[in-house]
Amino acid sequence: MQIVMFLMLFLILFPLLIMLAMAVINNQALRSAIIKISVFLIAAASIWLFVLNINNSEPLMFAVNIDFINTLMTSISVLISIYIIYAGFRDKKYWASVLAVLQIISSLAFELAYSGKIHSEYDLMLDNLSLIMVLLVGIIGGLICIFAIGYMAKYHHHKLMKDKSKLFFTTVYAFISAMFGLVLSNNLMWLLFFWEITTFCSFVLIGYTRREDSIRNSYRALIMNMAGGLAFLAGIAWLFKTQGIIELDKLMALAPAAAMVPAILISLSGVVKSAQMPFSSWLLGAMVAPTPTSALLHSSTMVKAGVYIIIRLSPLLKNTPAGFALTLIGAITFLLASFIAISMHNVKRLLAYSTISTLGLIVACAGVGTYQAIWTAILLMIFHAVAKSLLFLSVGTVEHGIDSLNIEDMDGLILRMPKVTVCLLIGISGMFLAPFGMLISKWAALEALIVANPFIAFFVVFGSSATLFFYTKWMGKLIMIIHPSENQEKVVSSAEWFTMGTLSALTVLVCIAFPSISTHIIDPYIRHLYQQDVSMNTGNIVIMLIMMALILTLPFQILLQHKDKKHVIAYLCGANITENNLLYEANTRFHTTKMDVEELKLRNYYFENYFGEDKLGKIGVVTTTLLIAVLFGIILI
Amino acid sequence: MKIILISIAFIIFAPILGGLLSGLDRIISARMQKRVGPSIFQPFYDVFKLFQKENVVVNSSQNFYMICFLIFTVFTGAMLFTGEDILLTVFSSTLAGIFFVLGGYSTYSPYSFIGSERELISMMSDEPMVILMAIGMYMVTHSFFIHDIVAFDKPAIIYLPGVFIGYLFVLTIKMKKSPFDLSMSHHAHQEVVSGIKTEFSGKSLAMIEIAHWYENIFLLGTVYLFFAVSPIIGILVSLLVYFIETFIDNTNARVKWQWLLKSSWIVALVFGATNILILYFVK
Repeated sequence: MQIVMFLMLFLILFPLLIMLAMAVINNQALRSAIIKISVFLIAAASIWLFVLNINNSEPLMFAVNIDFINTLMTSISVLISIYIIYAGFRDKKYWASVLAVLQIISSLAFELAYSGKIHSEYDLMLDNLSLIMVLLVGIIGGLICIFAIGYMAKYHHHKLMKDKSKLFFTTVYAFISAMFGLVLSNNLMWLLFFWEITTFCSFVLIGYTRREDSIRNSYRALIMNMAGGLAFLAGIAWLFKTQGIIELDKLMALAPAAAMVPAILISLSGVVKSAQMPFSSWLLGAMVAPTPTSALLHSSTMVKAGVYIIIRLSPLLKNTPAGFALTLIGAITFLLASFIAISMHNVKRLLAYSTISTLGLIVACAGVGTYQAIWTAILLMIFHAVAKSLLFLSVGTVEHGIDSLNIEDMDGLILRMPKVTVCLLIGISGMFLAPFGMLISKWAALEALIVANPFIAFFVVFGSSATLFFYTKWMGKLIMIIHPSENQEKVVSSAEWFTMGTLSALTVLVCIAFPSISTHIIDPYIRHLYQQDVSMNTGNIVIMLIMMALILTLPFQILLQHKDKKHVIAYLCGANITENNLLYEANTRFHTTKMDVEELKLRNYYFENYFGEDKLGKIGVVTTTLLIAVLFGIILI
Repeated sequence: MKIILISIAFIIFAPILGGLLSGLDRIISARMQKRVGPSIFQPFYDVFKLFQKENVVVNSSQNFYMICFLIFTVFTGAMLFTGEDILLTVFSSTLAGIFFVLGGYSTYSPYSFIGSERELISMMSDEPMVILMAIGMYMVTHSFFIHDIVAFDKPAIIYLPGVFIGYLFVLTIKMKKSPFDLSMSHHAHQEVVSGIKTEFSGKSLAMIEIAHWYENIFLLGTVYLFFAVSPIIGILVSLLVYFIETFIDNTNARVKWQWLLKSSWIVALVFGATNILILYFVK
């Protein structure tokens, strides 16, 4: 017990220490050394905590009972709000200031009105769901930090701005600390505090370059998430006023009817944070930030905090109208975001839409709230975190190599940046192909939804066929063999290789380890909630492992292939230019009917007029806004 | 043990059966066009001949994808006939299809490329209905396992008429028959030459042919599931469906991709999804 408590506090406080170090150290070598050591320690602590609690089905509760901490948290919140009021006026984003004022008034009013009465029995808590989150934050968050060492060193040069990486790393460590705090808190006031810290950190990180668009987008993220935070606070206030409690575990123990209003309000806050429609625009805007930020926001932090809280509350929402409304929000988001991704040329935006759609699926499952659905939601969260961080970081590396994020500029990338392309291919396969993680989870999602309500399953059916389309056409571009080209990978640093290599290995490993992840971590959590066992049929697991083995051995076939191949030119109706006897020249250039020389260009379909962002985005905003209105209606009734 | 034996039997007999069906297809097509047509064994002669051809490629990696396509097509079929999970079977067939598409992309030839893009559109068009078929089977039999679906004591068709109609519609896409043979056809005299296959010859073309034989047997096997209670009717209906596909192939002109996508999704919604919702609410 003691050591568990120590590790939990270490995970929350140690990153804060490093944050302070980052804020004062100017020497780059020293900074990267500290980052590497701290990442190692954080990951080691997360894994240790995990090993200590494996198979543990009862949540562990911890009392802290230091009043000083509450005062400290309140003061920090007020300071942050005051800063936001100032910044809002400075940048003429008055809504942010208004929300910050509201936040100060409401939180102080709440604390003053009940001063002395608010007491939480257990402040911290550790169960298997928090344990999974700890692993995701500790390992993936850490790997992203390592990547950022190499990446940020080049970033400022690329973007022609002055080096601010001190600010970057300081914020990232604050972010990681807040994430640990968020998933380990049982006291809802603490949880909300960490929740607001992640909002503020993402505001700083999105606005990092201080360009016009990054400022605008950082405020959009801030305003939406602060509004969500207010809903969270309203939920806590309601809970305290009606039930006199302030803890997560006691909220979960309430009868669903009594817990309904706070559950809806807090879930709404989660809907904003996990970038569901109609709030998805903040995450799309976050793309202006440096790539490690995107990877962090999309994979292990921020949006995962949103779905984490919804998954937490999911048992309360089971079989309720509010749960159904939430499921519909998720399902609509999944479907439309997958469709819109088809029309994306910019690969970061494509990935953003893919994140939004996956989160939609998680929210849909959480809204259903059956034991299978929760099991699936957790699986989705794990697999998505690994594969998506790999994809974002690889894409960031590609951007530094070819100076573009357009898919159309990635023709034949496999010859220009072979190793990064392999990472990308692993990441993409991880997102949608059998037998990789996301497909396993999508499959589980389908089964869980069909059992609960086939109507929702239809959204998944159509949405995943769109996923298949937009990921495969991107893959196709990457693997085209055009002509021998210069290797553009030399700019990639060893820190970046380390992270991408580890994440690639993890993408494969989590799929192989998936049966044990399920039995030892997820199942005990589900059993604790529902006294039900979920397990995938052993026969199916064997088949998936066979498929995985097949896929892993396939690349060796290239080595075994006969060398007696005769290379010929591609068919261009005989108009190939063959004068110089160069095969690749003949393949890519041809004579037009006027005998001019034309370069061959192959372009993917994007179907903007069918799957365009504007049209579908509007449909999504209107329908999901209606559903949010329904949720408010449920609260008022 | 039984699983291994069935798999081996499938690996050996499916291409023989598939090749014969393909020969039959050519004879029937010929008769429909008032020709005599080749021998029923012609597809085998063709494939044997392809194997003796010189190994000609545009780039060194293109054949790799076709090997993967063949391997996973065989794997998919074996899963169906050994009674595994139907959703997993569908996903495995998708994986095979993706290797096929990637093979086309890898060549950087405009004709293969357009074929690949169109094949992707076809996959996006037919996949919802195929999964709806699996969902429908679950709604009726309460199991995703094909061995349970086959063992169900009533023919699934009586509960799933809409799903069956929808499935027949997308079967034309899956079998790459006209009017939905956008990505490639058996004949090279079309606007995208031979589509995905354009740059493939010799052994790899032979592998593509064989994979399609396996695929056809797999697809007819899924049709059989609707009538599994009585094997004879099941096999007869499957053969009838194959004949109908040949007939449709010979009487329809190719459509544009827009029409393909819209029609197959509308069919999936109107026939497939509605059927499933009715089942859900009636029970």
